[in-house]
Amino acid sequence: MSAVLVFVDRPATGLGKPTRELLTLARRAGEPVVALAGEASTDIVAALGSYGVSRVLNSAQPELSEYLVAPKADFIARAAELADARAVLIENSTEGKEIAARAGIALKAGVITDAIAVAADLTATKSVLAGSYTSTCRVRTPVAIISVKANSIEPAEAETPTEPAVEAVTVDFGPASLAVRIVDRQDKPVSTRPDLSEARIVVAGGRGVNGDFTPVEELADVLGAAVGASRAATDAGWIEHSAQIGQTGKTVSPQLYISAGISGAIQQKAGMQTSAVIVAVNKDAESPVFEIADFGVVGDLFKVLPQAAEEIRRRRNS
Amino acid sequence: METTALNIVVLIKHVPDTQFDRHLSGPDNTLDRSESILSELDEYALEAALQLVESSGSAAGEARVTAVTMGPAQAVTAVRKALQIGATDGVHLSDDALAGSDAAATSLALATLVRHLGPVDLVLTGMSSTDGETSLVPAQLAARLELPQLTFASTLELFDVDGVRKVTGRRDGDAYSYQLEAILPAVVSVTDQINSPRYPNFKGIMAAKKKTVTTLSLADLGLNPSDVGRSGSWTDVVEAQPRPVRAAGTIITDDGDAGIQLVDFLAAQNLL
Ligand SMILES: Cc1cc2nc3c(=O)[nH]c(=O)nc-3n(C[C@H](O)[C@H](O)[C@H](O)COP(=O)(O)OP(=O)(O)OC[C@H]3O[C@@H](n4cnc5c(N)ncnc54)[C@H](O)[C@@H]3O)c2cc1C
Ligand SMILES: Nc1ncnc2c1ncn2[C@@H]1O[C@H](COP(=O)(O)O)[C@@H](O)[C@H]1O
Repeated sequence: MSAVLVFVDRPATGLGKPTRELLTLARRAGEPVVALAGEASTDIVAALGSYGVSRVLNSAQPELSEYLVAPKADFIARAAELADARAVLIENSTEGKEIAARAGIALKAGVITDAIAVAADLTATKSVLAGSYTSTCRVRTPVAIISVKANSIEPAEAETPTEPAVEAVTVDFGPASLAVRIVDRQDKPVSTRPDLSEARIVVAGGRGVNGDFTPVEELADVLGAAVGASRAATDAGWIEHSAQIGQTGKTVSPQLYISAGISGAIQQKAGMQTSAVIVAVNKDAESPVFEIADFGVVGDLFKVLPQAAEEIRRRRNS
Repeated sequence: METTALNIVVLIKHVPDTQFDRHLSGPDNTLDRSESILSELDEYALEAALQLVESSGSAAGEARVTAVTMGPAQAVTAVRKALQIGATDGVHLSDDALAGSDAAATSLALATLVRHLGPVDLVLTGMSSTDGETSLVPAQLAARLELPQLTFASTLELFDVDGVRKVTGRRDGDAYSYQLEAILPAVVSVTDQINSPRYPNFKGIMAAKKKTVTTLSLADLGLNPSDVGRSGSWTDVVEAQPRPVRAAGTIITDDGDAGIQLVDFLAAQNLL
């Protein structure tokens, strides 16, 4: 069985859900092998073993985190060669896609981004044109590189865990890969709410919150949801830019998307219109968001959201 | 501070207007490009180039901002628009054999084109095309040209250290914000956070009439037609289906209990 390489980037604590999804996909498509950047701790290696990983190719070279993107792509290209991989699976983050892009050039491999499903034969499904079409893509080269969106598959451990062999890899970085130095790194505060790209429920606020995200956050918290925003809200500085949903922000596809005080501009819809269920609260009945809402409330979000949050609490307590 | 005047290439794409419905059709699932415009995300790259030139003190008339596109005949309208906004000259790579190029083929053609244009200080691009939406091209271009890749910049500045020209920019991620630095020449992509693109004004529109657009073919670049287009692409679109239209939902007007009705709806959908 041929190897399917999964890139795992410096997991701080345990394996994140997107990584576990990739490992599950890799096991269905071939023999799962991991390219692990960072320290190969016994915990991480054991966790990889529970997903049936046979080999772990590991590099903890400092260049991997001192320079932007390129060294990681070089590492993956090297690992894919060593493993003779027929495919590389990688997270669909901004960085993940760029790593895929460069590894594609190094390996002369076709790259498919934004996959929402990957079949065992490596056919990938993606949603294109801002969610208005679904396409099926295939790679024509011997090696396929696919970046996969979170929530594409339910992660499943292997029936029988493995004890992966850990092999150290030393990558020979070329000068062009060590060209963009990270001269300063500011870590952002970690939110206690679910991650936007992975959340089952998203509650998003727009210009209509008028500087006060409290009702949005309160409803999000009773639902265990992530908080999102329109660009009008992030541009105004009412919430951090990483909460932006849309063409130039995140694309989300949760079970439930609650939009509050957002008009539903085309660039906003681009990031959320594939959500399973859409609820909109807006005081203007003419807002385009109502065209895609499964349930819409023409009303004031400052009344509707707190009432809904209160009602959910009441039902849970009774 | 400047030693020589800046020479910037801005990559712009002619894309179907996102304000209208967009359609894929035909055996190869190609995009209908009849209602196309200069990609709005590439306007940020052009604006960034113009601002760098303006703030560098490069004497007017010396610095160059070349707007470059690869696309069918009508794509030249995107270059013309860029000239009206302020680019100094334009290059249009147009060849029937380019149709259907994926990111690998596009980046090959654009890399060859950039080399053909001679030494540049910066290649500026948008953060993503609004039709392909992959963000692969800038990274693949940088890899092919073996130039530094400083991508998703939300700020950008040039500076000089002992006669060595460098570029610095901020890149925001979910868990971090990076300050990045590279020596020129470099490939830089910018986000929509970086500036507010200007519109063409009357003076710009008049001035654009005198600017030149050079049209190049694959032969001019010494590229083999089979290395680009559908034959040179490393991926295939096997099938494309329009997403089913969302059925009209229930819209209510709040009479004082809409929050409760909203919860009823969520409960009925098993979402609580
Ligand atoms: C290149 C480019 C990229 C872009 N990318 C994105 C993107 O990624 N994401 C994005 O969201 N936008 C993006 N935009 C911006 C987009 O075009 C819209 O301007 C933006 O989405 C508007 O945000 P909004 O709906 O919050 O504000 P508005 O359009 O101003 O709408 C506010 C809404 O709130 C309602 N409202 C006001 N008060 C209340 C209240 N008390 N209760 C209930 N409703 C109320 C109003 O009726 C109105 O419908 C982009 C634009 C460009 C040009
Ligand atoms: N055909 C093209 N002609 C010129 N520039 C392009 C072309 N395709 C992509 N680009 C540039 O690459 C950026 C990212 O595009 P993409 O990788 O398709 O998302 C765009 O914003 C453009 O700056």
